[in-house]
Amino acid sequence: MSLKNLKNPGLWLTLVVVFILGVIPIINNKASAREETLTVLLSVILVSSLNILLGYTGYISFGHIVFYGMGGYVGLFLISVYGWSLWTAMAAGGLASGLLAFLLGSAILRLRGSYFALATIGINEAMRAFISNFEPFGGPTGISLNFQVYNQYGGAAQALWTIYYVVLALALGNILLSYLVKTSKFGLGLQAIREDEEAAEVMGVVTPSSKTWAYVLSAVLPGMVGVLFFFKNGNIEPGPAFRLHLSIELLVMVMLGGYGTIAGPVLGAFGYQRLRGLLLTSDLFKNIQLTVAGVLLLVIILFIPSGAVGWIRHRFPVTRRYLP
Amino acid sequence: MILQVSGVSKRFGGLQALSDVSFNLEEGRIMGLIGPNGAGKTTLFNCINGVYRPEEGRVVFRGQNITGNKTYHVAKMGLSRTHQIVRPLNDLTIRENVIVGACFGRENHSLGSAEKIADEVLEFVRLHERANQLAGSLNVGQKKRLEMARALAARPYLLLLDEVLAGLNASEITQMIGIVRDIRERGTTIIMIEHVMQAVMNVSDDILVLDFGKQIAFGTPEQVANDPKVIEAYLGDPTLAAELSGKKSSA
Ligand SMILES: Nc1ncnc2c1ncn2[C@@H]1O[C@H](COP(=O)(O)OP(=O)(O)O)[C@@H](O)[C@H]1O
Ligand SMILES: [Mg+2]
Repeated sequence: MSLKNLKNPGLWLTLVVVFILGVIPIINNKASAREETLTVLLSVILVSSLNILLGYTGYISFGHIVFYGMGGYVGLFLISVYGWSLWTAMAAGGLASGLLAFLLGSAILRLRGSYFALATIGINEAMRAFISNFEPFGGPTGISLNFQVYNQYGGAAQALWTIYYVVLALALGNILLSYLVKTSKFGLGLQAIREDEEAAEVMGVVTPSSKTWAYVLSAVLPGMVGVLFFFKNGNIEPGPAFRLHLSIELLVMVMLGGYGTIAGPVLGAFGYQRLRGLLLTSDLFKNIQLTVAGVLLLVIILFIPSGAVGWIRHRFPVTRRYLP
Repeated sequence: MILQVSGVSKRFGGLQALSDVSFNLEEGRIMGLIGPNGAGKTTLFNCINGVYRPEEGRVVFRGQNITGNKTYHVAKMGLSRTHQIVRPLNDLTIRENVIVGACFGRENHSLGSAEKIADEVLEFVRLHERANQLAGSLNVGQKKRLEMARALAARPYLLLLDEVLAGLNASEITQMIGIVRDIRERGTTIIMIEHVMQAVMNVSDDILVLDFGKQIAFGTPEQVANDPKVIEAYLGDPTLAAELSGKKSSA
């Protein structure tokens, strides 16, 4: 990973666009706009971390949201029971998710293709069942925070703004991270695995550890933002923490924007959340949003399998250098 | 001795793909590996570089027992190969394909130095003008040279070439044989599986012949071409038999 790579215009364009969109609610000082953008930024983080596994390494995970829920649980547990600060709890949530990914990865990344994908669905469901029966985490009722915890962050209203700043910073940091991974030797090994795992091994790519580290890297940031989201929420329960359909929506966003690219997950997250926002205001679509997501996924896979950014890169090969 | 294969056997269900194959290969030589289709040539490569673990026998590479080792460990020790059915990393550029070889092969290069090696090797196999094209866009002959380039970028001690001449036209064959000779000049030991008999007889120091998984001959090209067992094995294939005896009369 050489520093001259950092001069890539596509990377900076992506960062600048996200920064500007993220700063608008701050300048306008509007809570409603902030909440809308927060949802998008959270998606950007989840999607571009999923992209490290799905887009670079070629392993489809239906259980990415497990790391979000896991981080949220560990964080809220440490805050409510041990009185940890939000920030150390956030770090612990990221670490816990990374560790979980390490253990899971060592076990299931030996599976190829659809078997791995199936195993990740199983993990999501198993995790929810386990947490529902795990008493320290409150079993089926989960963990609720005492309203007073917000006092040390300047009250609830101020805490929401602070969380927003941190999420914006993490989103920018995650875009940078995914770029650095992609342009590193490690990332090249991952892409070789995606293209042909056996050929990669024959060339000396140590696939088990590469895949496991990709999985760990893709899990840490979701774990961290899980803590932030559920802290802001004030409580966490097994259902909302391990929602299979959120994982599927993340897949739609990666595929929509273009897997394996830097700008793709960002574009996918913005585009999908925008669309969802429009659909949610219509009574007709409110109840069938997951159906819409499914149909959208089908259409993407059939007609633009490489997603919006991938399509541009294919159609206009000169853009490959500028659109990482 | 760079490679010692002793008593290697490999079965697929009821099919004995290799039985009791043994040979020694000295450093700096080119060994041709021939035999009719389905004789077990590719399987032998797979047993040497760790894609398959043989049920019996030993593979010793540069003094180390590598039988059944993971392919990536074998690659890092300096053993590279090409694939008979090419396996390009389609969505990466040609240059990136070769950089993978340099980065993860024997010398474990950083991206920066791997780029230099990739450019050198691409020029050597005459693909440098297409370096920034996607690997998926190449034709078969070019993909074979890409396989070669990736293997070479690892700077291996031993190179296994699986039918790099198959599917090439006459001028491409001449070009490829030139490349193989140049590789040997640089001190790399080579085992090449080949169907183009003329070429393999001309370029090899030793020849190993497989038939139905059995090793039926091992020796110099002249010895092998005059071996009745070899001629018999090829009698099923009149053109190959003719090529063999053609070689005999011209030798
Ligand atoms: N993975 C496999 N599973 C089952 N049979 C195989 C496998 N690989 C090769 N074979 C069989 O082993 C025999 C030898 O194949 P191969 O080594 O590819 O021959 P060659 O390269 O000499 O043409 C063939 O009969 C082939 O069908
Ligand atoms: Mg073969």
